Amino acid sequence: MFYREAGDFKVSYQDDSQTFPIKFDRYRYYAVLAFAFLVIPFVINDYWANAILLPFLIYSIAAIGLNILVGYCGQVSLGTGGFMAVGAYAVYKLMTAFPEVSMFIHVLLAGGITALVCVAFGLPSLRIKGFYLAVATLAAQFFLVWLFNRVPWFYNYSASGQINAPERDVFGIVITGPNAASWATYFFCLIFLAFCAIVARNLTRGTTGRTWMAIRDMDIAAEIIGVNPLKAKLTAFAVSGFFIGISGALFFAVYLGAVEVGEAFGINKSFLVLFMVIIGGLGSIFGSFAGAAFLVLLPVVLKVIGVDLMGWPTDIVAHFQLVIVGALIVFFLIVEPHGLAQLWRVAKEKLRLWPFPH
Amino acid sequence: MPEQLIFAMEVTLNGLMAGVLYALVALGFVLIYKASGIFNYAQGVMALFAAMTLVGIMNGQVPFAHLINAIFGGHITHFGWTIPSFLAIVLTVAVMVLLAWLVQVLVMKHLVGQEPIILFMATIGLAYFLEGVADLMWGSEIKTLDVGIPQGINLWIDEKTYNIFGYGFFIDNLDIVATVVAALLVTGLVIFAQYTKQGRAMRAVADDHQAALSVGISLNFIWVLVWSVAGFVALVAGIMWGTKSGVQFSLSLIALKALPVLMLGGFTSIPGAIVGGLIIGVGEKLFEFAIGPMVGGATENWFAYVLALLFLVFRPQGLFGEKIIERV
Repeated sequence: MFYREAGDFKVSYQDDSQTFPIKFDRYRYYAVLAFAFLVIPFVINDYWANAILLPFLIYSIAAIGLNILVGYCGQVSLGTGGFMAVGAYAVYKLMTAFPEVSMFIHVLLAGGITALVCVAFGLPSLRIKGFYLAVATLAAQFFLVWLFNRVPWFYNYSASGQINAPERDVFGIVITGPNAASWATYFFCLIFLAFCAIVARNLTRGTTGRTWMAIRDMDIAAEIIGVNPLKAKLTAFAVSGFFIGISGALFFAVYLGAVEVGEAFGINKSFLVLFMVIIGGLGSIFGSFAGAAFLVLLPVVLKVIGVDLMGWPTDIVAHFQLVIVGALIVFFLIVEPHGLAQLWRVAKEKLRLWPFPH
Repeated sequence: MPEQLIFAMEVTLNGLMAGVLYALVALGFVLIYKASGIFNYAQGVMALFAAMTLVGIMNGQVPFAHLINAIFGGHITHFGWTIPSFLAIVLTVAVMVLLAWLVQVLVMKHLVGQEPIILFMATIGLAYFLEGVADLMWGSEIKTLDVGIPQGINLWIDEKTYNIFGYGFFIDNLDIVATVVAALLVTGLVIFAQYTKQGRAMRAVADDHQAALSVGISLNFIWVLVWSVAGFVALVAGIMWGTKSGVQFSLSLIALKALPVLMLGGFTSIPGAIVGGLIIGVGEKLFEFAIGPMVGGATENWFAYVLALLFLVFRPQGLFGEKIIERV
C-alpha cells in the first residue's frame, strides 16, 4: 500500500543515496526519533528509566559497536566486557581529574581511549583468525579486568577498590550521581545512541563498511582485489572500541554510578552483548537495537511473569532465564541465523508486495 | 641448594599437576573438534552438569525438586536413598550419553554445513541452556563431591623430599590420582581410536566427512559417539575438579582456562592438549611465583591467555596443530 518505491521519484543523486530511500521508512524513522526525543522525556519515571530505557540505550550502543566488529568485519571478540571497563575507568579518571570539563567531552574521550586499547588488542587479528582470535580477545577481557582491580591508580586509591561517579552536570543539568533526574540521564544517553547509530549506519554504507564486509566474507580474496586488511581490520577495531567505550562510560557514570570491575564488566557482559548481536542479527544496525531490546526486556518480563504472577522463588526464575536465553540462541541459529533483523527484512519485503503474493 | 630454587621446583611440580587437570578438560574439546569441526564451548558446563548429576544421583536427590515444589507446593527433596559411587558413575555416564544423543538430534543435526563460527555460538547457547537446566535439576548451592579419591598432602613425597632437600614438598594426593587417571584416559582413548571399529570410523569422519559417508559410515552415529566420549571425559574432569574445589558454578569456567591450552597445543592434536596443559600449568604457577608478588598477585587469571596470545602471533596453528592453508 504505502510501503513501496513506486511513485517516489528521485531527482538528484543526493536523494538517491540517502539513508532511507523508501518514503515510509524515512517517515517512520523521523517519527521514532521525534517520539524518543520529544515524548518519552516528558512521561519517563525512575522505574522505566532504570529498569528498561537506560540499559536499552546503553546496551544498544555496545551492541552496535560489537556488531561492527563481529557482524560487519567478521572478527569475533569476547573482550567486550573488558573494553567497556576501559571506557568506564577512562571516564572516571577524566571526571575526577578535570571536574569542570563537560561530560560530553569526557565520554567522547573515554570512547577514544577505548578505541586505542581496542586497536592494540586487535593487532594480533592480522595473524590470528576465527576462534583463535575469539580466544585471543579473552586475553584482553581477563587482563584488563585484572589490571583495573590491581592497580590502585585506576580507582584513585579508594579503600573499597570501587569507583563511584561524582556529581557532574551538563549546561547546569545534573546527569551523574544520585541526584540526577531520570529524564536528564535518559536524554544524555539518547543523544549518544543517536549519534552512534547515525555514524555506524553511514560508515557501513560507505567505503569503510564495504571493505569491512569484504574482509568478513573472505579476507584473502579481499586482499587480492586491493583491500588493505591492516587498515580494514584496525579501523573496525577502532570504531567498535569507540562505541563500546562510550557505552562502558555511560554504563558506569550515568546508569550504575558505582562499579566493581569484576562484577560489572566480567566475562558475562561480553557474552551478553554478543548474544544481543546474534539474536538481533549479525551485520545489521537495526538488529543491534532489536537484540538489545530483547535481552533487556526478557529478564524484566520473566520476573513479572515468574515472580509477580506465579509467585515462584527468584532463583528458579533466574535459572529459567538461562535456559530460555540458551535455547533462544540455539533456536535462532538454527531457524534464522540472521536474527530478528532478518525477520524484519522479510516482513518489509512482504509489505512491499502486499496485497500481491509476488 | 638455595631455598628459592627448591620453592621453584615445588611450584613447577604443582604446576605440572594443575596442567594435567587443564589438559583433561582440553581433551574433550579436541575430541569433538577433530571429529565434527565443532568448537564445543559447552565442554566446561558439561563437566559441571556431569559432576552435579553424579552428586545428585549419589545423594538420591529428586531432579527438579525445587521447581516441582514451587509449582505444586510440597517439600520433596530426596528419595531417601544413597547410591554407591561406582554405580552412580555408571548412571551418570548413561545420562551423558543421553545428553549427547539429544544434542545431536535437537541441535547439531540442524546445523550441519553451517560456518564454524555459527556452530561455536550455538555451543555457547547450549552452555547457557545446560547451566540453567543443571541448576534447575539439582539446585545451585555448592556441593561436596566424594567418590573416595584420597585428598590432602602426600606424606611419602613430603618425607622423601625432606630427606633430600631438607624441605618437604606439598603435593596433593588428588593431583597424583588425577595424573594417573588422565594417563589412563588418554591411553584408553588412543587404543579406542586406533584399534576398534568405531574408533576407526571416528578417525575417518575426522579426516573427511564426505569420504566417510560414502564408505557407509553413519555420521549421525559417529557424532553421538563423539559427544558421548566428550561427555565421559567431561565427567572425569568434573569428578577431579569437583573433588578439588566443590561442585559449583565456577567449575564451568575451567572451560575458559582450557581455551589457551588448546591454542598452545593446537585444536586438532591430543598430545598437543596435554603438552599445552602442562606448559600453561607450569607457566602460570611459575609466573605467579616469580612476578606475581611484584604486580599485586592473582596473575593466574590472565597469564594463560596472554601467553597463548603471544604464542599465536608467531605460530597461528599452535604447537602441534595442522598447518592452516588458506585458499580463495
